[in-house]
Amino acid sequence: MSDRILLAHGSGGKLAHELIEKSFLQPLSNPLLAKLDDSATFDFSGRLAFTTDSYVVNPIFFPGGDIGKLAVCGTVNDLAMAGSSPLYLSLSFIIEEGLSQEELEKIVNSVQKATRKARVQVIAGDTKVVNRGSADKLFINTSGVGVIPEGVDISGSNAKPGDKVILSGTIGDHGIAVVSQREGLSFSSKLKSDCAPLNELVSQMLEVSSQIHCLRDPTRGGLATTLNELARQSRVNIRIEEEKIPVPEEVSAACEMLGFDPLYVANEGKLVAIVAPEEAETVLNQMRQNIYGKEAAIIGEVGQEHPGRVAMKTRLGASRIVDMLVGDLLPRIC
Amino acid sequence: MKLIDEYRQPELVQGVVRRIHQNSTKEARLMEFCGGHTVAILKHGIRQLLPPNIEMLSGPGCPVCVTDNADLDKAIALALLPDVIMATFGDMLKVPGSRSSLQEAKATGADVRIVYSTTDALQIARHNPDKSVVFLGIGFETTAPTIAASVLQAEQEEIKNYYVLPLHKLCPPVLEAILDSGEVKLSGLICPGHVSAIIGSKPWGVIAHHYGIPCVVSGFEPLDVLQCVDMLVAQIEKGEAKVENAYRRGVRPEGNQSALKLMEQVFEACPAKWRGIGVVPDSGLKFRQEFKRFDAELTFDIDPGPTFEPKGCICGDILRGVKTPKDCQLFTKVCTPERPVGPCMVSSEGSCAAYYLYGADW
Repeated sequence: MSDRILLAHGSGGKLAHELIEKSFLQPLSNPLLAKLDDSATFDFSGRLAFTTDSYVVNPIFFPGGDIGKLAVCGTVNDLAMAGSSPLYLSLSFIIEEGLSQEELEKIVNSVQKATRKARVQVIAGDTKVVNRGSADKLFINTSGVGVIPEGVDISGSNAKPGDKVILSGTIGDHGIAVVSQREGLSFSSKLKSDCAPLNELVSQMLEVSSQIHCLRDPTRGGLATTLNELARQSRVNIRIEEEKIPVPEEVSAACEMLGFDPLYVANEGKLVAIVAPEEAETVLNQMRQNIYGKEAAIIGEVGQEHPGRVAMKTRLGASRIVDMLVGDLLPRIC
Repeated sequence: MKLIDEYRQPELVQGVVRRIHQNSTKEARLMEFCGGHTVAILKHGIRQLLPPNIEMLSGPGCPVCVTDNADLDKAIALALLPDVIMATFGDMLKVPGSRSSLQEAKATGADVRIVYSTTDALQIARHNPDKSVVFLGIGFETTAPTIAASVLQAEQEEIKNYYVLPLHKLCPPVLEAILDSGEVKLSGLICPGHVSAIIGSKPWGVIAHHYGIPCVVSGFEPLDVLQCVDMLVAQIEKGEAKVENAYRRGVRPEGNQSALKLMEQVFEACPAKWRGIGVVPDSGLKFRQEFKRFDAELTFDIDPGPTFEPKGCICGDILRGVKTPKDCQLFTKVCTPERPVGPCMVSSEGSCAAYYLYGADW
């Protein structure tokens, strides 16, 4: 057998079956997946959260993770941000012909590891192989369902004036780790992506407080974009303090060099929580017990005036608008 | 972060701000030449810290913004040629030319790649011997030496498929052109830090001596900029006009001689057209005779078509310091970073983008 993925692997024929059996079913095995019907079927009761996301990261391997880990954590985190406990995922691979079997194996392995860590199961899947040039090595789509515990009501439109804004840790790690590996921009850095499943952290937060109004993970577009989304959805303003936002030194340095603002750099293992002021400290202390919330901090609060706007108090004591990211982050000339 | 945090310390900043308030009595109109300074000033909220008698004007120091539409059209036409890979700094991707942008050209099939340095562009040329790699040579004295170095490297390695579209611009000549026009009256100049790291602080002498305008070279951190303003205020109050350096950790009076030599070896000065300002003698760089084979414009046959300027856009006036983004009718209404009309809204160092992103009071 060739050590590369061929178009025939996506044909639905014998090679395709071999690939699915060896590369996917064995590592990801569970009773629901093993039935191999056209749909997975399962029972549930209560409110469900349902989400989908596609992963096209370039390069597919980066310090601290790969596209497989990202595809699991990303969807798990989207489910967790609705306050739900993630249960099941679907996993759809679009492979560019020529991808090595070894790379595919590595990626499925990290899918497996990530699902184990997040305690979710892959119960449906699909594989397609496309002509060289029709995809960039590998695209993954994951969808997921989670069940929302009784009494939990979390939404981006729930922020209220007076609420505190909590950030779970440092910003910019993922974006800078990925950019440092990209052709044409590569530079050496010890930074690793922060890619991680946050469902355990969220469930611990929900255990100690019923006053968590919004949760969101600041992925693409960074913290600035997430805060703008929340401000717009809840029709409130958010004021943050530059001094309170933890930025690793390597991220600051890379941003200075590339002309990026850490506020706009992607994260894959961080969350923003908007919490009623009287419970903010409790939630914060609880977050700090979890490995993914060790460096959590209250970075600002919600206000009434200028709904939809985010402002930041700079270290110098002046204030400025923080807008959404527009387009892509592009390195500057000088 | 070392060498950054020291220059952002609130206590030190407050001390300098206090001194500026104490010393500044005269109306002062200061121009920050460089887009990097415009961003630093707005991003850190420095204007809010200054007394009301100090007015800050943005200058033409954004290389993306001053690139003429006709030159952008040429770059886009080159990128659209079959078998050409256009390597460019990221800022250039979104800038609209007369009809489209490099970003749009890329979407229609042009091979446009973002690089961080000319070394990366050379690497692309080495890896793609059957393609022609054109580096979009935009920038001031800061980037010109690196492009000169890449050309010398390509010659040494006999890389035959590497070209440059030379659109470089030189800072002191354009400032003289603006001052000669008499449109803007300045009381002080915040001289660009990175450009001065290459050319030194000496070339600004002509502005101080001939035009009687105090000049202080500044770095890009809040404390740098405020120290520069403080030094300018001191000169203005005393009625002096000399060149001073508030960025000694980066700038020497004579500049970076090796960089200047590289530039000199490969390029010679030529007239250049600046957007909104027009043709300024000796403000551009062209290849010397022996390096002409690297000139993409001379090598490839392109027809960029007629040039159009966007209607209602006052980027030109803004670049000359005659108007500010707030004077533009399109600003924030029609022209936004999502749908930029003029280049000053596109570039991360453009005045309009900086006002849009960080200007709290619009």
